[in-house]
This record gives sequence, structure tokens and C-alpha cells, in this order.
Amino acid sequence: MQLDLIDFTKRFGNTTVIENMSLSVHSGEMIALLGPSGCGKSTTLFAICGIHRIDEGRLLFGGTDVAHLPSQSRNVGVVFQNYALYPHMTVAENIAFPLKVQKMNRIDREKLVRKYAALVHIEALLERRPAQLSGGQQQRVALARALVRQPDFLLLDEPLANLDAKLRLEMRSEIRRLQQETGLTAILVTHDQVEAMSMCDRIALMNGGRIVQYDTPTAMYAAPEDQFVAGFLGNPPISFLSGKGLGLAAPGVTQYGIRPEAFGPQFGEGVSGRITFVETQGREDLFDVQLPTGEILRSIQPAGSGITPGTTVDWGLAHDQLLRFDQDGTRL
Amino acid sequence: MSAPSSYRNWPILLVLSLVSLPLMIMCLYSVIDAFTDTGPGTLLPARVTLEHFRFLWEPVAEGRGSIWTATANTFIFAATSALVVTMVSLTAGYALSRLNFPARGFFLAGLIVLHAFPTITLIIAIFLILQMLGLYDTLIGVIVVKTALELPLGIWIMKGFYDTVPWEIEMAGVQDGASRAAVWWHLVLPQVQPGLMALILFSFLSGWSEYILPQVLAPGSEAQVLSTYLNSLILDDTKADFNLFKAVGLFYAAPVVVIYLFFQKHLMNIYGGGTKG
Ligand SMILES: Nc1ncnc2c1ncn2[C@@H]1O[C@H](COP(=O)(O)OP(=O)(O)O)[C@@H](O)[C@H]1O
Ligand SMILES: [Mg+2]
Repeated sequence: MQLDLIDFTKRFGNTTVIENMSLSVHSGEMIALLGPSGCGKSTTLFAICGIHRIDEGRLLFGGTDVAHLPSQSRNVGVVFQNYALYPHMTVAENIAFPLKVQKMNRIDREKLVRKYAALVHIEALLERRPAQLSGGQQQRVALARALVRQPDFLLLDEPLANLDAKLRLEMRSEIRRLQQETGLTAILVTHDQVEAMSMCDRIALMNGGRIVQYDTPTAMYAAPEDQFVAGFLGNPPISFLSGKGLGLAAPGVTQYGIRPEAFGPQFGEGVSGRITFVETQGREDLFDVQLPTGEILRSIQPAGSGITPGTTVDWGLAHDQLLRFDQDGTRL
Repeated sequence: MSAPSSYRNWPILLVLSLVSLPLMIMCLYSVIDAFTDTGPGTLLPARVTLEHFRFLWEPVAEGRGSIWTATANTFIFAATSALVVTMVSLTAGYALSRLNFPARGFFLAGLIVLHAFPTITLIIAIFLILQMLGLYDTLIGVIVVKTALELPLGIWIMKGFYDTVPWEIEMAGVQDGASRAAVWWHLVLPQVQPGLMALILFSFLSGWSEYILPQVLAPGSEAQVLSTYLNSLILDDTKADFNLFKAVGLFYAAPVVVIYLFFQKHLMNIYGGGTKG
């Protein structure tokens, strides 16, 4: 189902947290609301599911305005950051709760519970209580509970933030698999750009209560609209330099953005500097190169070059990947 | 309580035992005297008898009510006030913890003030009000007053328990399609159940041992409760029968002891303030 948020404004008391925000999510699409902490991601999510009132603007589910409907009649499944499982109920009772509320009969209920428990691979845990589950298992229960009522939308608020690194990787593909298998329209809230890029069809990058860019991960990475977007995406991060140290100058350009993969010996020569830091990442090495102007340029290279800190190098730039910004930070 | 490790604290135990020795001796003699006769001037009982428990099957004196009426009154008094206090605290505590209603801050401050307020200073005013309402010297009147005076503490305790329930649980419930009332009943109440148990026991015991309110507001024999019955035993007799007094006292205290023995764990919850255990 298509979701449209139009000119959405949210205030808490006198502070306007979100102003005139618009967002459209196509049917079957999974998008990320990405942004630094406190930029209003959760607020937007909670407005969509009905926990927060929408102060101004419209919210359309499949073309129907639902802004004034209470949560209960919106048919949206939500996974909360801390999972919010019901501690006094077993896993099976947790998953069955939304169905029980609908007064579905026991037989149908049990059938659905088993089906969704199987979908998220927790069939063996149905009789346990949440306290007896690991973080990843609790997450799966929360997913099953959100999915069991066959919602129109699935909303996930930082679903991976409380998991350890290995589980995070596993649940990342797991959530994407579930979304694709069920064909649900989903919104993922995260502050982690890797999560957003790897899981979602499109990313809405937020900053200070507004969406700065809404695009596919590839497009956003290659063609960021401004310096904030360029700096937020990419790990290791992009370097911003004035043109002086690079021997570059163009009218109106105050900053050049160079990603680590766009600087290195494979692009010839032209920019010389001294290696100040080497970080070994296993498959790759990350170099900090200090230019004569004192500015730092990062470069990522296949491991095994044997270059040590203190070495002076003369490497080249991939000029077609250079990003140019004017004094307002807008990309030219 | 009697974990092996506590024996290592024997110096503390010793001090505590010494300090509480007078209390223990008094309790011991209550029991002994209730079941025995002791000659004047001696400490050792002379003979064992159940005679002091005759109040159980006959009135102790002409014109004095039966102990069973007093017991029934005490039970009705304690149970009703406990029930009302618990039910009102369950809902009011929730409202104060979760709902944003006008003058919420005023109510919160009011609770603390009322709880700390020496209620006995209100007794004259309450007396007058009850008389005007025609509830003076009735069980209902004392129940209403007792309930009102117990409420601030009860509401405050329940609010503390509600505060420990994560709000995401409620939001998840609402998202799952349940109404606020259903969420409260199915998802929140089970989380505060230890508090509920503790509060109902606590306020029952408080009602069971209440003395001042019935004494002042319902002095007649119609609405007599056990504490005032006990009091009347030594008040208007020319020669007080202390063995009878102690036997009635034992009878009066027995339910309290039983409740403590069985529900100790639940009662301790009230001091934990809803910490998960
Ligand atoms: N209930 C609230 N009352 C007042 N301010 C709030 C409330 N919820 C969130 N905010 C403010 O709104 C802003 C956005 O919050 P939030 O949407 O939670 O950010 P995030 O992007 O980290 O999820 C923050 O500055 C936060 O302080
Ligand atoms: Mg958030």
C-alpha cells in the first residue's frame, strides 16, 4: 500500500520538531529514515503509527487520509527499539495478542501464530517467556507479533541498535528477507548509514527535522545534494578540503569532497603528502595523508602495500568522482 | 531470612535479640497467660485452662456484645476499606503515572502533603461531618473515613509501581489494536500485580488494627470492632480480668500473624517500591 505524508508538522509545546515534511513510500518498498540522533526520526514514525498526533499536514494510507484515526484503526505493525514484549506472556501469547484483540477464534489464532513463528524461525521457543530469550530471539518475536495481523505497513524503530555486531548482521538480512517475502511496505528508522544502505530501497536522510535528500542508496552516495549528505554517507568518511592543497580551483567552489576510494596511486600522481596514520582493516588499509597545507586526505587501498607512517607519497585523484560544494554547502 | 550466611552476622543478631527481648517476653506472657491461671505475686502459672477463651461461646458480661459481632464488624471494616483503597489506588495511580490531565502536579503534591499530614488533627472536623451526614456511630461512616485517610498512601504506592512499567509496552498494545482500557487490564495490571497484592494486604492489616477511628466515630456497641471491644474489656470493669484481656488479644492478633506468615514476601514488595524481583 502506498503511504504519503504531506506537509507534516509536529510540535512539542512551543518547539517545532518537524516542519512541513513530505514523504512518499511506494507499495512494497522499504525505505530508511536515516539521520543523526534527535533529528526527528522516531517522532515521524510515531506520527505515522498514531502514537503522536499530527499537528498539521495529511497522512494518506493508499490515498485515504488517516491522520485523525486512532492507532487501533490504522493497521500498522510496529517493532520498538526495546522490542516491548509483554513480559508476563509466553512467546505464543505475545504473538497471539493482536489476534486475541480482534476476537479471532483459538484455532485460527494458533494456526497463524505457528505460521508466523515459523516465518521468523522461533517455532521451538513458543512456550518461553521473553526474559528467557536472547536479544535476537526477542527481536524475532517482536517481528512476528507485528506481522501476524497482516498490517498494511511495517514500521521499525532502530530495530538493530540493541544487538551485538554479529546478530546485527544476521538480523539485517533477516528483516529484509521478511519484508520481501511478505511484500510489505516498510519504514526503517536508523542512525546507522550502513544499515540504511544495505537494507533499503530508498533512503530519506533527515537533519534538524527535515528531509535533506530522498533517493536510492547508490544515487545518494554518488550524487549527494549537499555537504551534510556527503559527510553522513560512506565509511570510512569523505574528506573535505579547500582546493589549495590539491592544486584545484574553480569559480564558486569553496570545498572539495574526496571519498577515500577516489584518491590513490591507481589514479596516477599529482597530490603529494606524508602518511600520518595507517589503519589495517584486514582486506584493506586506510591511510591518512597530510598535505603540505596541513589538511588530511583519506585513502583506502588493498592491504599489503607495506607503506608505513612517515612515508611521503605522490598519489592521484579520480577527478570524475570529485564532489564540489559552494560556500552554503550545496553541491555544484 | 534464615540463610546460612546470616549466622556469620552473630554479633548483630545478638544485639538485636537483646534489644527485642522485652518485646519477646511480653508476647510470650500474652500466650502463657491466655491459657493459664497464675496466682497473685508469682510468675509461674499455676494451672492450664481454656476458661479465658469462654468469650468465644458466651458473652463476657451482661449487656456486652458478642465477640463474633465485633469480629464480623472488624472483618467488614478492614476488607471493605482495603478493597476500596486498592481499587481507587489502582485507577488513580495509573492516571497520575500515565495520563496528562489538568492539575496533575497539584494532585501529586496534594498526595504527599495528605500522606504526611497528622490525620488525627482532623478528627473533630470528621466527627462533625459524620454527624451531619447521619453516619456517626455507623460502620459505614468509619469505613468511609478510614478509606479516605488510607487513599493517599495507596495511590502513591501504586503510582510508583506503574512508573516502572515501560511505556513502550502500552504503545505496543495500542498498536496491536487494543483499547487503552484493554491495554491497562491485560498488559499493565499484570506488571503491577505485586504492588496490588502488597497494597491489599497492607490496607487490610491497617484496617484490622485501626483503633482511634472506631473509638471516636463509632463508640456504640452496634459498630464495635475488635480493638474497641478489647478496650471496653478493661475500661468499665471494676476489677479487670487480665487473662481474659490477653486471650481476646491473642484472638485479635492471630489473623495478623497468619497473614504475615503467608504473605511476608508480598508485603515486602511495598517497601521495594515495585523494583523487579
Ligand atoms: N515527547 C516529547 N516531548 C518533547 N520533546 C520531544 C518529545 N519527543 C521527542 N522530542 C524532541 O524531538 C526531537 C526529535 O526526537 P526523536 O524523534 O526522538 O529523534 P530521533 O531522530 O533520535 O528518533 C528531539 O529534539 C527530542 O528532544
Ligand atoms: Mg529515536
